[in-house]
Amino acid sequence: MKHFSDLISAIEITNKTNAKIDALVDYLNIAPNKDKLWLITLFTGKRPPRPVKTTLMRQWCMEITGYPEWLFLESYSSVGDLGETIALMLPDPTHHIEKSLSDWMTELLALKPKSDADKKEYVRHAWSGLEMQERLIFNKLIGGSFRIGVSKKTLVNALSKYSGIDANQLMHSIIGNWDINSISFEDLLHGEHINYDNSKPYPFCLAYALEKELPELGTPDAWQVEYKWDGIRGQIVKRNGEIFIWSRGEELVTSQFPELVASMESLKEDFVIDGEILALKDNAVLLFNDLQKRLNRKNVSKKMLEEIPVGFYGYDVLEWNGEDVRSEPLSYRRQLLEELLTSELKHDNVVISEIIEFQEWNELDAIRNSAREFNSEGLMLKQKNSPYHTGRKKGDWWKWKVDPLTIDAVMIYAQKGSGRRSSKYTDYTFAVKKDDGLVTVAKAYSGLTDIEITEISRFVNKNAIEKFGPVRTVKPELVFEIAFEGIALSNRHKSGVALRFPRIVRWRRDKTVAEIDTIEQVKLLITNPN
Amino acid sequence: MKLVKFTKKGIYCIPGKFYLDPWLPVDYAIISHGHADHARNGMKYYLCQTDSKAILKHRLGADIHIESLNYNEPKMINGVQVSFFPAGHVIGSAQIRLEYKGFVVVFTGDYKVKNDYLTVPFEPVKCHEFITESTFGLPIYNWLPEAQLQQQMQDWVIKNQSHNRTSVFLGYSLGKAQRIMKMMEHVDQIYVHSAIHNLNTAIEGSGISLPKTELLTYDFKKEDLQNKIVIMPPGLLGSKLLKKIPNAATAICSGWMQIRGNRRWQAVDAGFAVSDHADWNGLLSAVKATEAEKVYVTHGSQATFSKYLNEIGIPSAEVKTEYGTEEEEKEVVTDKNVSS
Ligand SMILES: [Zn+2]
Ligand SMILES: [Zn+2]
Repeated sequence: MKHFSDLISAIEITNKTNAKIDALVDYLNIAPNKDKLWLITLFTGKRPPRPVKTTLMRQWCMEITGYPEWLFLESYSSVGDLGETIALMLPDPTHHIEKSLSDWMTELLALKPKSDADKKEYVRHAWSGLEMQERLIFNKLIGGSFRIGVSKKTLVNALSKYSGIDANQLMHSIIGNWDINSISFEDLLHGEHINYDNSKPYPFCLAYALEKELPELGTPDAWQVEYKWDGIRGQIVKRNGEIFIWSRGEELVTSQFPELVASMESLKEDFVIDGEILALKDNAVLLFNDLQKRLNRKNVSKKMLEEIPVGFYGYDVLEWNGEDVRSEPLSYRRQLLEELLTSELKHDNVVISEIIEFQEWNELDAIRNSAREFNSEGLMLKQKNSPYHTGRKKGDWWKWKVDPLTIDAVMIYAQKGSGRRSSKYTDYTFAVKKDDGLVTVAKAYSGLTDIEITEISRFVNKNAIEKFGPVRTVKPELVFEIAFEGIALSNRHKSGVALRFPRIVRWRRDKTVAEIDTIEQVKLLITNPN
Repeated sequence: MKLVKFTKKGIYCIPGKFYLDPWLPVDYAIISHGHADHARNGMKYYLCQTDSKAILKHRLGADIHIESLNYNEPKMINGVQVSFFPAGHVIGSAQIRLEYKGFVVVFTGDYKVKNDYLTVPFEPVKCHEFITESTFGLPIYNWLPEAQLQQQMQDWVIKNQSHNRTSVFLGYSLGKAQRIMKMMEHVDQIYVHSAIHNLNTAIEGSGISLPKTELLTYDFKKEDLQNKIVIMPPGLLGSKLLKKIPNAATAICSGWMQIRGNRRWQAVDAGFAVSDHADWNGLLSAVKATEAEKVYVTHGSQATFSKYLNEIGIPSAEVKTEYGTEEEEKEVVTDKNVSS
């Protein structure tokens, strides 16, 4: 398992995708084929059921080490990961076991139906025969999940670099139906079990942010204007009765959206369409936050499907009954899209993106500014005679987003990073002035550099006033500019307002707490969003 | 018997009328070792172990009033017999032993039990009361044997060289840097940052020999550094100087690197759990070897470690001090300090 262990060490330390890909390729070059199949299985979340309960592993570790439970829990809370805590606490190995990844996995699969006593004997034997890092890997194999930042896309790119096979085809291959016991690594890579012709997507056409005045674009009637949506850009491929949904990140996400697949099945034509996957309820677009709850789930529950139904806003047609129509003008492709999505077979959750009617450029300003009211991010401007470009190309398509709203606020609470993993304070709560005191308005975590976070963590350590579990109340001193996408009155919030997508724009070292906004100033943004 | 008490200024010896590693200015300070959180400015008189003297002068100023003693060389101060015993932490680090009317207290400063083949190895001292650090006082901290750790680090350098990369280790100038030098001796040419170089010069000035290194000047030639080994203080992570090094692979050397979450947090290429502090088993064995009646636990996991000692039948209490975590031992070194 040495190679696999080295691979994990190399991947987990780096946040550079290319370094991860290189480490994966190194592994693919030396590992036995059966191990490579297991690698794909584990890294694509197709993990087998857990053979040993975590409570048992915890209990055995305490038995072996003789440590009291409170000490175990204290250790766990500073590591943040159970398998790792156990690996670190166990005594040094007494012998050395060397087995391949696939041997370990086969044995663990066979362990599942055994008695607790048998499981205990097996696990204890393994623990006493593995070095710390290998022990950690072994514990992770039992759990079946490696949260080390390797997306399917990264894995596929590594497989592609290793084999020279097209990455999208590999994406389909690894996601397709295959069984580790009945396929060879070579056959899996070459997609013997799939028909890639049915799923093959096109590269997305992407827009640049508008960088000129509207009148410079020419006559208004040469342009098609639509709302811009903040969901997941997606491509739906329907060929020979098979349906595939690709995300812009070139991942196949078909199984995550069964309601879209159901709606697509009833459409007669074969096609490839581009659009936006959105959380859609009662004909209104929900926030991206809501959509997020639906993502990356192994199984989508009935409850989820009811609570957060997903829909698709169609933007464009790329292929029509087997014919690539990307070089046809947008106006023509739009006709096809209308034919497809407004036919008598239409579904409520698959909707054509509305075209905004306007005569003069100056009408668009007000329309853009009101976009936020129904959770749109702004406008898309597309030249009616434009082809569907490959990738990002300047001139034909522009995105024109609403300006974010910003306020200056002071940090009053800080909390360490998620999963108790990191030693730094990364999650902050911000307040603005209210009367003589302060009132909380937003929580945000992203937007700062590692160096700034280190500096802020040091400040928190020195200036913590109170502790509530993981939360520290800090001296109100550090001022930040906070941007958000929307603001509404709210009874549920003490401040009386709810901010949408608050994020840190920058640390205002030049400002003191005396200079932050008041809640009255914040509320003014509601009626006057710009 | 009350020989020492814990005060706002630091640990105070009542009959001796002196302080141990005080954090506020006092008349007479006995210093365990040269790290910034133990050896501070502003004391009228300093007493330290012989090998620490040059380090303290280098860091606190050549004009400080300072005296030194060899290990196990007693000195009477107001009727208290003071002596130093090896702490194995960094060069010149000492446990401070106090004896008064047959009652013995030992203050460890910082220490590590395992031999790093550079500093004089830790020596257990029997006492009535033992004041111990607890930086890594959790059972998740257990260090690899030195040879195994050295092997991992050397393998990393060799792997980097095969990819045409320069290996950069980040470690504190006092202690960690010399230890990395020792581990990398004979592997390849070692370049050190000026903060480390100056300290090395001070150490060598007191007759201790260190592995051979080159000074990393700000105007280094890229081709000279290619595939070589560089050691710099951790404060330089993200600095211009580090960015200038061609194809650098960086590694942080710190006990905290034992935890994956900490390794992943820093945007570096590797993290090695190289620590100059005792690990969990080291702390336990040190405490047991003293046969002390009472153990006071200071900086680190004092609450956890003293609770555990009490549970295994060793009377213990936690004491709040102002010594840092291993992380905070680092001196402030930025691009601006780079002089050559
Ligand atoms: Zn120290
Ligand atoms: Zn210390």
